[in-house]
Amino acid sequence: MINLLTSGSGFFLLLLFYTLGAIGSLIFKKKDEWANGWQSLFAIVGSLWGIFFSISAFMTGDLSFAAYSSVFPLLSFSFHIDQLSAFFIFVISLITLFCSLYGIGYIKHYYKKYSISALGFFYHLFIMDMLMVVTASNGLFFLIAWEIMSIASYFLVVYDHNDVNNTKAGFLYLVMTHVGTAFIILAFLLMYKFTNSFDFESIQAQSVAIPVFIKNSIFILALIGFGTKAGIIPFHIWLPAAHPAAPSHVSALMSGVMIKTGIYMMIRLFLDILQPIPLWWGITILIIGSLSALLGVLYALAEHDIKKLLAYHSIENIGIILLGFGSALVFISLGNTLLALFGLGAALFHTLNHATFKSLLFLSAGSVINQTHTRNMEEYGGLIKYMPQTAFFFLVGSMAISALPPFNGFFSEWLTFQTLLQGMTSVNILVKSTFVLATGALAITGGLALACFVKAFGATFLARPRSTEVAHAKESSLSQLIGMGALALCCLLFGIFSGYLGSLFKNIGTHLTVFRNISLPPILSSKINFIAPNNFGSVSALALIVFLILALFIVVLLVKFVINRNQKTKIGATWDCGTNLTQRMEITATGFARSIILIFAGILRPSIQNEIEYRDSKIRYFPKSRTVTLRTRDIYRLYFYLPLNKFITTLSVRAKAIQSGSINMYVFYILIAVAIALFLS
Amino acid sequence: MLKLFLKIIKTQKNIIPIHDHDLKQAEIFVVGEKIQDKIKKLFQGSLAIKQIDAGSDNACEQELVALSNSFYDVERFGIHFVASPRHADMLLITGPVTRNMAKAVQRAYEATPNPKIVVTVGDDAIDGGIYKGSYAVLDGVETIVPVNYHIPGDPPSPKMILCGLLTILETMDSKQTKLK
Amino acid sequence: MMIFIWILQLICVPALSPLCMGIIKKIKAKLQNRVGASIFQPYKDIWKLLHKDEVISTDASWVFRFAPFIIFATTIVIGASIPLFASFLKNTLTGDLLVVVYTLALGTFFLALAGMDTGSAFGGFGSSREMTISALAEGCLILALFTTALSIGTTNLFVISNAGMLLSTQFFLSTILAFIGFFIVLLAETGRFPFDNPATHLELTMIHEAMILEYSGKRLALMEWAVANKFFIFATLGANLFFPYGIAHSVDTHAIVIGIIVLLIKIFILCAIVGIIESTMAKFRFFRLPDLLITSLILSALAIGLIQMQIL
Repeated sequence: MINLLTSGSGFFLLLLFYTLGAIGSLIFKKKDEWANGWQSLFAIVGSLWGIFFSISAFMTGDLSFAAYSSVFPLLSFSFHIDQLSAFFIFVISLITLFCSLYGIGYIKHYYKKYSISALGFFYHLFIMDMLMVVTASNGLFFLIAWEIMSIASYFLVVYDHNDVNNTKAGFLYLVMTHVGTAFIILAFLLMYKFTNSFDFESIQAQSVAIPVFIKNSIFILALIGFGTKAGIIPFHIWLPAAHPAAPSHVSALMSGVMIKTGIYMMIRLFLDILQPIPLWWGITILIIGSLSALLGVLYALAEHDIKKLLAYHSIENIGIILLGFGSALVFISLGNTLLALFGLGAALFHTLNHATFKSLLFLSAGSVINQTHTRNMEEYGGLIKYMPQTAFFFLVGSMAISALPPFNGFFSEWLTFQTLLQGMTSVNILVKSTFVLATGALAITGGLALACFVKAFGATFLARPRSTEVAHAKESSLSQLIGMGALALCCLLFGIFSGYLGSLFKNIGTHLTVFRNISLPPILSSKINFIAPNNFGSVSALALIVFLILALFIVVLLVKFVINRNQKTKIGATWDCGTNLTQRMEITATGFARSIILIFAGILRPSIQNEIEYRDSKIRYFPKSRTVTLRTRDIYRLYFYLPLNKFITTLSVRAKAIQSGSINMYVFYILIAVAIALFLS
Repeated sequence: MLKLFLKIIKTQKNIIPIHDHDLKQAEIFVVGEKIQDKIKKLFQGSLAIKQIDAGSDNACEQELVALSNSFYDVERFGIHFVASPRHADMLLITGPVTRNMAKAVQRAYEATPNPKIVVTVGDDAIDGGIYKGSYAVLDGVETIVPVNYHIPGDPPSPKMILCGLLTILETMDSKQTKLK
Repeated sequence: MMIFIWILQLICVPALSPLCMGIIKKIKAKLQNRVGASIFQPYKDIWKLLHKDEVISTDASWVFRFAPFIIFATTIVIGASIPLFASFLKNTLTGDLLVVVYTLALGTFFLALAGMDTGSAFGGFGSSREMTISALAEGCLILALFTTALSIGTTNLFVISNAGMLLSTQFFLSTILAFIGFFIVLLAETGRFPFDNPATHLELTMIHEAMILEYSGKRLALMEWAVANKFFIFATLGANLFFPYGIAHSVDTHAIVIGIIVLLIKIFILCAIVGIIESTMAKFRFFRLPDLLITSLILSALAIGLIQMQIL
C-alpha cells in the first residue's frame, strides 16, 4: 500500500479517478440524480486519495517518472513531483473535496435546467488538468495541460448560458487566457532556443547558458503570461467577470486553486529553473504585488455584486502572495538564502490559507444566491435569521480574510509582514524603499479589507430584509453545510497549528535546488511559535486563541452570572426616534462604502447618477422614487484594452487589403515569395 | 491660543453652591408611585437623563440647557444627559403632549430599560398648563406614560430644577450638595 | 512574587482605565470653569449600568448580543500583553506588535457589525464612518509602531520597552516624528477630537456613539469600559514604546513601584494633553480626517526613512 502511495502508479490512480468521473458523467446524460451522484462520488474519492498521496509524496521526497515518450521527439509525458508539487496537489485536493461535498446539494438547483452530465465532465477534466499542470516536467506537456485546463474552465464559466452576461464573461475569459498562453509559449520557445530542450530538468541544468538579455525577456513574458492567469493588475479584467458567472463551487475552485497554478509556475520558473536571477526581478514582483493588493481591495469596496466583490479580493490576496514571493526573490539575488526561505514560506502559507477561506466565502455566497436568486447585495439583509449556519460560516471566512486572530489569515500576514520588515533592514537603498512601500501598501490593504468585509457581512446577513425574496430563504442543505463547515474548521485549525505548518514550509523550501546548500537548518518555527529570523519577533497561535477564549469565558461568566444575575432582559423595538422604521432606512452596501470611495476618488473615479421619477412629470414637485447609483469606471478597459483593441482592429483592416480576391495578385505573391526564397538560400 | 489659556486662568469661579435649606425649599409633586429606596440607592452615584420635548414652547428647554453651564453644573452631582433612551435612567419630559409626539413619547418610554423614573418639568406637562383644552394637545404627560414626579413652574428656574432632582434622589445628606 | 506581578499586569488595564476617562472629563470641566464630575465618576456609571435591566431590539441577532463580551475580552487580552510597568516579562507568545494591532481590529470588526445589526439608520452610518477611519488608521498605526521596531530590531513589545534608548541622539528625530504620527492614530482609534466628539448628543455628528446607541444595561457598561480600556492601551503603548524611561527592568520591588508610578505619571500627562486638545479645538469635518491620517502616514514613513539612513 505504501509502495502504491509513493510511486508513480499512485499518481496515475489519482488521475484515473477523475477520468472515470468525467467519462461516467457523460453516460448518465438523461438521469440528473445519477450524474450528480457519480461525479460527486468520484470527485470526493479522488480528492481523498489526492490528499493521502500528496502527504506521502511530501514525506518521501522527489518522484520523477515518465508516462511514456510520445511519437514527437520534444514532447514527453513526464511528471516530476517534488515537495512543492506535492504541496499544490494537497491544496487542490483539499479544496476539491469540500467543494464536491458542497456540490452534492448545490447541483440540485441545476436539475432540469442544464445538463448535469456536462457539468460533471468538465468539472473532472478541469481538476485532472490542474493536477497535471502542477506536476508536468516537460514544457510542451505543460502547455497541453494548461490549455485543456483553460478550455474546461471556459465551459464551466458559460455553464449558465441563459444569462447573456455569462457568455460575454466566458468569451472575455477565453480571450485573456489565450493571450496569456501566447506569452507563455513565447517564453518556453525562447528557453528552448538556448537550451535545446523542453524538459524542465535539463533547462535547469543549462540555465547559465541563457544570455542575460534573453533571461530578462523570458521573465517579462512569463510574468505577463502567468500573471494573466493569476490575476495581477492590469491583466485582471477577466477575473471579476468570469468568477461570478460560474457555478459557485466552480468559482470556489477557480478562485481558490486555479489562479494559484499561475503562482506555482512562477515559483517553479523564477526560483527553481532560472537561477541565478538579477535583483530587479524581485523588485518588480514586489511593486506589482503592492499595486494588485491595494487596487484589488479598493475595487472590491466599490462592488455590490457579492461574487464580484469576492473576485476582487482574490486579486488582492494574489498581491499579498506576490509580496512574499517577491521578497524571496530579492533575498535570493542578494545571497541571503535564510530570509528567502522565510519569504517563500510566507507566500506558500498564504496560498494555502487563501484557498481555504476564499472557497468558504464563495460557497456561502453560493448558498445565499441560490435562496435569493440575485447576486445584488442591495437586496439582501436579515439573512442571519433565515440561514444562521451559513451566516456563521461566512463570518468565519470574513474574519479569516481580514487577517483577524485566531484564524489562519492573520498568521500568514504576520509572516509576510516579518519578511518585509527583514527587507527593510538591508543595505541597498532601492531595496529598502521598495520594502517600505510594500509594507505601507500591505498595512493599508489589511484595514481596507476589514472595512470591505464588515460591509459584505453586514449588508447581507444583518439588520432587516431589504427585499421580499429574503423572507422565502431557507437554510442550505446538509451537504452544503458540511462542505462549508469543514472549510471553516480548516481555517481555524490552520490558524491554531500554524507553528507546525511552519516547519512544513521550511521542508518545501529546502528541497528546491537553490536552497540546497544552506549550512545550518533555519528555524522558521518551533512547535508552538512562529519565530522570525534574527529573533525579530514571535507569535504563538495556540496561546493566543487559548487566551482569547479564556478571557471571553471569564467575562461572560462574571458579568452574566455573577454581577448581573437578577437583572432581566426585555425585547423591544429598535429605537427609531418615534418614526416607523422601514427597510429603506437601513444603510445600504453602496452607502456604507461611499465615504471610502469618495476618499479614494482619484483612483476609483466614481460616477454618481441620480434618477428621479416624479408623480407628475409636468409639475416636478413630488418625487415618486429616487435612485442613486454609484459606479466606478473600469479604467483598465477604457484606457488600456479598448485602445489596444482599436489599434489591432485598424491594423487588421489595413492588412485585409492584401486579400484582394483576384487570382492574378495571388500568383504575383507566389512569384515574390519564390524570388525571396531563392535570394536568401 | 495663549490668550485663550490666560483668559481661562483669569476667569473667576462662578459656581452656585447648593445647601440643605435650598433643597428644603424645592417644590416637587409626587405623582403616581413613589420610587423605591433600592432604586434611589442605585441612582445616587450616577444618573443618566434623557430629555424629551413633547411639543413644549421651549421655555423649559432653555432652563434645562442652563443646567449644564458653569453656574449650575449638574455634572458635579453625577447627573449627565444622554442621547438615547436606552442609555437613560430618567426621562425628563416637558411640554403638553401634542398629538404628533404621543407615539414618540410612548416609544421612548418603552425603549428605556427598567428601573426608570419619569419626571415631568413645567406646568404644561402636568395637565396641559396654558394649552389645556386645545384640540392639538393631549393635556399632560400622564395620559401617555406613568409619571413618578413633577417639578412645577412655568418654567422652573434651573436652581429649582436642580434642587428638585436632588430631592428626588434624596442626596441631601451627601457631601456633594455642599460643594463650593 | 512573579504571580503577584502577573496578576497586577492582568488587572491594571481594566482597573485604571475608567480613572483615565474621569481625569480627561475633569480637565475639560476645569477648563470650562465648571466643577465637573469627580474623577471616579466613570466607576459609578459602570457599576450602575451593570445593575440595570436591558432592552434588546427584535432585529438584533447573536452578533449584537455577543459583541460587547468579545470586544471587552480582546481589550483584556491585549492589556495583559503590553509592557505596562515591567519590561522583563518576556512575553514571546502574544507580546508581538502585530498581534496587538490585529486583536484591536478584531474588536473594531465586531463593534461595526453590532452597529449594523439592529437596522437603525444611526448604527449603519456610524459603522460606515468608523470603518472608513479605522481602515486608514490601522495602516498608520502599523507604520508608526514599525518605526520603534526597526530602531530596536524586534517586534516584541517588551524587548522594545526594555531598550530605553529611543530618545538618545541617534534616533531622536525619528522617535518624535513617529510619536506624532502615533498620537494622531491614538486620537482616531479612541474617538477623541478632532475625529469624534465623545460627548455629543447629535447623532449626525457621532461616529463611535452611533454604534452603541442601541445598547443598554450590562452590555453598555462593557462597551464603555472597553472604550476606556482601549484608550489606556493606546496611551500605554505611546508612553512605553516611545519614551520607555522608568520601566522596571528587573524583578525588584523598588523598581516595580517606580515603574507603576512612572506609568501613572506618563498616562496622566497624555490624558492632560488630550483634555487640552479637546478644549481648544473643534471637531473636523468628516472628509478632512483622511488628510490628517495621511499626514500621520507620511510622518511615520519619514521616520522610517530617517532610521534607515542612520543605519547606512
